[in-house]
Amino acid sequence: MPLSPADAGALLLSLKLGLVATSLTLLLGTPLSWWLARGEGAFRQAVGAVATMPIVLPPTVLGFYLLVLLGPRGPAGQIFAHLGFRLLPFTFWGLVVASVISSLPFVVQPLRNAFEALGPRPLEAAATLGATPLHAFLTVVLPRARPAFLTAAVMAFAHALGEFGVVLMIGGNIPDVTRVLSLQIYVYVEMGRYGSAHALSALLVAIAVVSMILVQLWNPRGRRLGPAPRRHL
Amino acid sequence: MRKLFLPLLALLLVTSPAALRAEDFQVAVAANFTSPATEIAAAFERETGDRPVLSFGSTGNFKTQIENGAPFAAFLSADAKTPGELEESGLAVPGTRFTYARGALVLWSATPGYVDGKGEVLRKGGFRFLAVANPDLAPYGFAGREVLERLGLLPGLESKIVTGNNITDTFQAVKTGNAELGFIAWSQVCKDGKLTEGSAYMVPADLYGPILQDAVLLKPGEGSGPARAFLEYVRDSPAAREIILSYGYELPAR
Repeated sequence: MPLSPADAGALLLSLKLGLVATSLTLLLGTPLSWWLARGEGAFRQAVGAVATMPIVLPPTVLGFYLLVLLGPRGPAGQIFAHLGFRLLPFTFWGLVVASVISSLPFVVQPLRNAFEALGPRPLEAAATLGATPLHAFLTVVLPRARPAFLTAAVMAFAHALGEFGVVLMIGGNIPDVTRVLSLQIYVYVEMGRYGSAHALSALLVAIAVVSMILVQLWNPRGRRLGPAPRRHL
Repeated sequence: MRKLFLPLLALLLVTSPAALRAEDFQVAVAANFTSPATEIAAAFERETGDRPVLSFGSTGNFKTQIENGAPFAAFLSADAKTPGELEESGLAVPGTRFTYARGALVLWSATPGYVDGKGEVLRKGGFRFLAVANPDLAPYGFAGREVLERLGLLPGLESKIVTGNNITDTFQAVKTGNAELGFIAWSQVCKDGKLTEGSAYMVPADLYGPILQDAVLLKPGEGSGPARAFLEYVRDSPAAREIILSYGYELPAR
């Protein structure tokens, strides 16, 4: 099926958004999940609850909050303008911020579970062998939690690709700038061009199915916390 | 995977979308006007060389976005109320508002012969669901309920009404046969002035208040010659007027 230039642009934009947002969500979600998994307490519970909020809030509501918060009259927007940055709404980076926030729960859930299941003992063992906490994290925790990281990455990527309500609100559906694949489908539906909408939807479904199959392959049942790779044997 | 990831990311980052050219300007277009606006914009670009970059969405969403700094130079709304409000709140350029199209309401069924030319089917009943868009969100929904009220049928049919969030949802409920019939926009089932499929009753215009779609120049477009020219083109050019008519809208009296 040949893609029109508009479709190809939307696809490229979606993939770019997926990759950038997934990387940033992992970067942000890993320390957060680690911190959430390492203790108890009311504050930690509250932060954990806030981190799952994006699942509960309707996307257009989340998009509305972000639009107001990041807009010219919002607190975050005013700080931005003060620092001489361009405002985020209706730009690609606005989409990135929105996607990171709405994908965060899909990264925090599997990572936090994995870190909790790991327990403190492997790290204590590493410490007695003289590893610094960072070194221990990189060489002990990361390899053991690899399946959880893969799950988190694929979920974040798939979610960023399929997200509609938030990106419509914060992005403004501008061709080549913020019109991602899901918005292009919406445009086709509004035009009554269901054939084009079906074709792009099929593409989106195919990407999602392949993503999920990859997770299953890398992450077989009962091996959520697989054994450490035996590289040194 | 890890080896691929970084080069891929770098590739995507350098292939940034093409920057908008200087004479490009952004226009927010109500979703129901997607097809005609696309055609009008193409005709305008052919004639002038300036490119309107169209965004499609719901009128309510656009209002929120414009209030929060959206870069749109012009707005083709699905109603008359929103452009008026934007004008009042100083977000639109005063005196630039005009009606570019009038919507026509039809009672439609995807089944040929189901809806008669006089709308008697509403009195006869015998259907499970009648789709009408949300009157608070969609002018066509408001008009549909107005028709039922004026015909004295609203109390009897209230329990059969399924409410679509917007006119596209409502159309889809009827198109898929989940509702036997519904009030939708003539523009949704009209091609070159003719009914494309199913059966329809053109509701007489005196049974509902006019469905006016207004356009307005927004503050970001105040200094833009091409944006002003585009609005003039929508209002006055024979090409635009013909496109609007061909999609099942009526033109405002001049």
